[in-house]
Amino acid sequence: MAEESSMAAAELLRQAELLKQGAEARLYRAVFLGRPAVVKQRFPKRYRHPVLDERLTHRRTVQEVRSILRCRKAGISAPVVYFVDYTSHCIFLEEIVGSVTVRDHIASTQETHPNPERELEPLADGMGQILARMHDEDVIHGDLTTSNMLLRSGASDLVLIDFGLSYISALPEDKGVDLYVLEKAFLSTHPNTEALFDKLLKSYAAASKKSPAVIKKLDEVRLRGRKRSMVG
Amino acid sequence: MCSFMLVFQIIAKAAMTVVIGFEGSANKIGIGIIRDGEVLSNPRRTYITPPGQGFLPSETARHHRAVILTVLQEALEQAGLKPADVDCVAYTKGPGMGAPLVTVALVARTVAQLWGKPLLGVNHCIGHIEMGRLITHADNPTVLYVSGGNTQVIAYSERRYRIFGETIDIAVGNCLDRFARVIKISNDPSPGYNIEQMAKKGSQYVELPYTVKGMDVSFSGILSYIEEAAHKMLESGQCTAEDLCFSLQETLFSMLVEITERAMAHCGSQEVLIVGGVGCNLRLQEMMGVMCKERGAKLFATDERFCIDNGAMIAQAGWEMFRSGHVTELPDSWITQR
Ligand SMILES: Nc1ncnc2c1ncn2[C@@H]1O[C@H](COP(=O)(O)OP(=O)(O)O)[C@@H](O)[C@H]1O
Ligand SMILES: [Mg+2]
Repeated sequence: MAEESSMAAAELLRQAELLKQGAEARLYRAVFLGRPAVVKQRFPKRYRHPVLDERLTHRRTVQEVRSILRCRKAGISAPVVYFVDYTSHCIFLEEIVGSVTVRDHIASTQETHPNPERELEPLADGMGQILARMHDEDVIHGDLTTSNMLLRSGASDLVLIDFGLSYISALPEDKGVDLYVLEKAFLSTHPNTEALFDKLLKSYAAASKKSPAVIKKLDEVRLRGRKRSMVG
Repeated sequence: MCSFMLVFQIIAKAAMTVVIGFEGSANKIGIGIIRDGEVLSNPRRTYITPPGQGFLPSETARHHRAVILTVLQEALEQAGLKPADVDCVAYTKGPGMGAPLVTVALVARTVAQLWGKPLLGVNHCIGHIEMGRLITHADNPTVLYVSGGNTQVIAYSERRYRIFGETIDIAVGNCLDRFARVIKISNDPSPGYNIEQMAKKGSQYVELPYTVKGMDVSFSGILSYIEEAAHKMLESGQCTAEDLCFSLQETLFSMLVEITERAMAHCGSQEVLIVGGVGCNLRLQEMMGVMCKERGAKLFATDERFCIDNGAMIAQAGWEMFRSGHVTELPDSWITQR
């Protein structure tokens, strides 16, 4: 059964259109039982030892599916998982049709809008809220960047994607690091957005029941970054 | 016609800029001379400690003090230049270890005043990147900067170097060096070099913790795991020291390649440049090369002459700054550990 389905998956991918080569997977456009779908395939990374590669790839496929389901159960927007093939490490996901990444949306708003800051404020609010709800479910995303959040076409609904590095934890430290990773990715990708990110954090703090401990940890992690010795 | 050419050559020669660079932020002391992108000389000495021991600030500074004038003489002689030929004196402002930085800055300041030349304080990290770009001709790369004190993924955007990923605890070189101390690997010529050679003889892959958080990495978990387990595994014959070196390298470098790839995907970049002391590890270069090939990207790297801390890199970064009109006034010629 597993072998059959994985053969079927391989066959499908041969005909599918390559949508994107992401940070660690290839995404193909496909149709699953008549619905628009994307297939996320974690192909073998030949630079790393096969034992390590198999271990990481398997764990990430499992984690991605698990965290998406956990989010969706809690009403947090993430793509529907249609089907998983653990042999070829493929996940069949609902395609968020006509979506753009938050990264591209911010970049184009910054280029075209006279007052991008104001224009993007509602988005920053929305990001803070969805992340607060995710953390309240004890889901640590593990790879928060603006490339891993989608905006539905024409709408302001956010969809969280790319949960391969995610895990479950209730620790404020883990949530604080999650926000720290986002902060650095956000500020380095989108210059001059300090105020916008601040807005995001404020909305996070207002929306999450457990935010004071998390924000305190975020401050600690930032400080640790600044105090690190840089010899050699 | 002839005299026109002669005048032209004289002008061209006069327009050439010669910068001498002083580096001593850690256990290497190097002085290099650059003339418009040409490395004229780049001598260096390393303070080597016995196996099991790291280098301490005051002893490192003492080492640098003892050899710096010899190295300076070598730099001038190998370049075939006199002090009068030098246009600017560059030195490492930081980050690095306080005592060695102060020692080297003091000498740089003194010669600048003796020779009557302008002084320039240079950021060590920028030195690594500018040197890498000079040697490899990489145009707009995603930079992996890996050394004893640094682990960063950097890209240039909006007229600034921006850090996309980094270690959230210790640097990769620090992790390697401290592992070497645990199992008493020699520091001569460097712990990293010896680990690399031993790893070639390892075959068994021992599972170690693997911690990547987005574009950031964490090495402290691996280090404490291996510090705890190494002796037990070696004594019970579960694996050899070579296997441990092999497994440690495979794990650490996989993490580095992974975050570099993630930053490339995020920035849409098609070039990688590896700089810093760990960057001369051929296994790291090989793994990065495989990743680049799979993405249709290009890898740029240099060898130990330019990867490991050296004076020419400070001269090169200084050259760029000097040409764009910067100098450091004497009262501002401080150093910084961060
Ligand atoms: N369900 C989806 N619908 C539409 N586009 C998607 C979907 N999932 C991913 N993408 C697109 O593919 C890119 C890479 O996907 P991602 O899951 O982030 O893979 P990686 O782990 O390789 O980064 C995303 O940034 C997004 O542009
Ligand atoms: Mg992604």
